[in-house]
Amino acid sequence: MMNFLFAAMFFASFASAAALGRMRELSAAILEGGRNAVELLLTIAGSMAFFSGLMRICEKSGVARGLSRLLYPVLRWIFPQIDRKSEAFGAISMNIAANLLGIGNAATPFGLRAMQALDRGGTQASEEQIALVVLNTASMQILPATLLTIRAQSGSKAPDEILGAVLCASGLTLLFAILITKLFARLWRGR
Amino acid sequence: MGAEWIVPGFGALIVFWGMLRGVPVFEEFCLGAKEGLRAAVRLMPALCALVIGVRMLSASGAIDLLSGLLAPLCALLGFPSEAVPLFLLRPFSGSGSLALVQELFRRFSPDSQVGRLASILMGSSETTFYATTVYFGAVGKHKTRYALPAAILSDLAAAGFSLLALRIFFG
Repeated sequence: MMNFLFAAMFFASFASAAALGRMRELSAAILEGGRNAVELLLTIAGSMAFFSGLMRICEKSGVARGLSRLLYPVLRWIFPQIDRKSEAFGAISMNIAANLLGIGNAATPFGLRAMQALDRGGTQASEEQIALVVLNTASMQILPATLLTIRAQSGSKAPDEILGAVLCASGLTLLFAILITKLFARLWRGR
Repeated sequence: MGAEWIVPGFGALIVFWGMLRGVPVFEEFCLGAKEGLRAAVRLMPALCALVIGVRMLSASGAIDLLSGLLAPLCALLGFPSEAVPLFLLRPFSGSGSLALVQELFRRFSPDSQVGRLASILMGSSETTFYATTVYFGAVGKHKTRYALPAAILSDLAAAGFSLLALRIFFG
């Protein structure tokens, strides 16, 4: 997938620069793009270090665990068939809590553990597994730190003014994702 | 009280709570920061490649060509066509869409309507195909049934809700 995407970038750029007579601009972009990339990297690296540091304190002081307990009623609704005491339920709770806090490198291991705990063999995904994956393809992060950092670096006068709108859009999307998954589960069950 | 209170308040709250719970906040912070830096280093090669790729697409006029092509459809839906490339790239590549968001900020300013919509879209969606590949791949599931249709419909919904949120919060 990425190989195709990367090759397409080169091909589309070259073709359209040739067609539009913008080869000089394209050449300049390649030669200057590297500096741009390193600048972006340095900015992101600093903010990733800072927020990962804060999130580590969150983890160690039990915030993630507390949050995962708070999620119980919502998870009960999304995964009605899973026993609350099971390993799968615990792993799902921690996966969602880590996602909400934006700890990506903690969310994935919990998510994979949940996938394994939910597994009943075979090559067909179960309803619970699908629900978990669809949740993980939606954005749950409460504080989109990298986005805020890039906004600030790009000279925004109010980098955080979009927070309310982001929360609103991602909340609605998450609700949509849960409902559509429940609906599809019902439709596919009939087959 | 404005949104500028959120990040500092969040930081202060976490550190204060950590202290209360007897966590050695500085040491743990540094351990976390180390992990964050390591993640950033892992991200570097791909981000480097994709930032240059996105700059190429932008400078060559390919992005404008694509936006222009989709402009009539976008006008019909009321969606700014400048943000369409981001919507298309977002499910495939996290680093690529990050690079594209930065490029949109460079061209339109983060405080323009296009910049805001790009921000909201970026903040309310995820790298759909990456997540599905990793999660199903880890347990060897080929028959993913309705997972992809549901995830793709949710991405479409994210675009719609982002536009809605833009209208509600910024007119």
